[in-house]
Amino acid sequence: MIAIVDYKAGNLTSVKNAFDAIGADTVVTRDPDAILRAERVVFPGVGAAKSAMENLGSLGLVDVVRRAAESKPFLGICLGMQILFEHTEEDGGVDLLGILPGRVRRFPEGADKVPQIGWNDVVADDPREFVKSGEEYYFVHSYYVEKNPCTVAVSSYAGLEFTAAVRRGDLFATQFHPEKSGKLGLQLLRAFLNTPADGRRQSC
Amino acid sequence: MLKKRVIPCLDVRNGRVTKGVKFKNNVDLGDPVEMAVGYSDGGADELVFYDITASAERRPIDIGMVEAVAKAVRIPFAVGGGISCLADMERVILAGAEKISVNSLAVRNPSIISEGAAAFGRQCIVLGMDPVKSGKCPSGYEITTRGFREFTGMDAVEWAKRAADLGAGEIVVNSVDADGTRQGFELNLTRMIAEAVNVPVVASGGAGCPEHLVTVFRDAKADAAIVAGMIHSGEYSIAEIKRVMHEAGVPARMSY
Repeated sequence: MIAIVDYKAGNLTSVKNAFDAIGADTVVTRDPDAILRAERVVFPGVGAAKSAMENLGSLGLVDVVRRAAESKPFLGICLGMQILFEHTEEDGGVDLLGILPGRVRRFPEGADKVPQIGWNDVVADDPREFVKSGEEYYFVHSYYVEKNPCTVAVSSYAGLEFTAAVRRGDLFATQFHPEKSGKLGLQLLRAFLNTPADGRRQSC
Repeated sequence: MLKKRVIPCLDVRNGRVTKGVKFKNNVDLGDPVEMAVGYSDGGADELVFYDITASAERRPIDIGMVEAVAKAVRIPFAVGGGISCLADMERVILAGAEKISVNSLAVRNPSIISEGAAAFGRQCIVLGMDPVKSGKCPSGYEITTRGFREFTGMDAVEWAKRAADLGAGEIVVNSVDADGTRQGFELNLTRMIAEAVNVPVVASGGAGCPEHLVTVFRDAKADAAIVAGMIHSGEYSIAEIKRVMHEAGVPARMSY
């Protein structure tokens, strides 16, 4: 069973539909036991960082998400990736979960329209990576994760390179939305499903 | 590099996709879900559905159709028509649509834009507008509502700026003059609005051949373009449009 964490940070219908499309057994839940019992955990998120962190706190999920991210195959998506890092500039500055090393910043105004909305190509150094280098995925975001030791794929917008995907063992996260990225997105979700749990959490 | 999006538009009337010229003379084109899957597999970057009879019949949007599309396609889609309040927006989003397009409603009640943006995030709120050439407004374009039936006296460029300030995440500029003509997009209007706002602008109305998209992207600074008749008729495929864009040096999503 795969738990899709519901912490009132956006609509999860698309995420559930995408896993349904590849025949995966999912449950959308905010029950700590269900999340900790699940074999794999998906941590989506759309919206503002501050309210997302507050919701995690009020639902008693901060430690639950942290334990899940450190103990089982885990996939963060969009804001769900950003929250894994240390700190964001959003909402005047918010401390995040700090599971991964790095900071979240706002795209600079001027060069391109903010938010970035649409399909952008990613570059991954390793051709075997779960994100396919040179292919396009669907992004919607105003804030980005700076390049950091866990970055495995980057993309470019507003005159800079930002983190498109991160990986540490069986902990995966993407800035883009695999559930809305067509066949390539489904391929990525399948790769996540097929990754064996490694139980290790070494540094990147 | 961010790609320029090609977005098929599906006008839904009584559960069927139809196409009319200047909002009239509708012909039946097919089933919305089947067409959505076909275009998605064929390389569409996004889809937009307008439930064009919902408002006129004073009924809410067809949620069953939204749910069926959301289960069938893996690309983003927007839905418009028959949205009259925040609760309607929420139903559409929970059904699986990424974006809600408001048009006449936002003219009547501009605060729906800020309320929607606060509730769901501005990326979910699309302002659709139907401007027509008019000497009455400084920009030369006046906003119409209710499918070109009512003139509002509102200037199109001013309205776009105000909507972006209120929290619209994207603006669809549907030229009433160009709609259905297949003679090309309204470049002047599209460019003025694209330069006036800092949110993506979607050109709509008038696409008749792939070169029209190249022009609107290259010369009018559109971020995305809506196509309808030229693909619904079978005359062109999304793949052909993408190929022409790519060859002209317009960034297009080529792997799908």
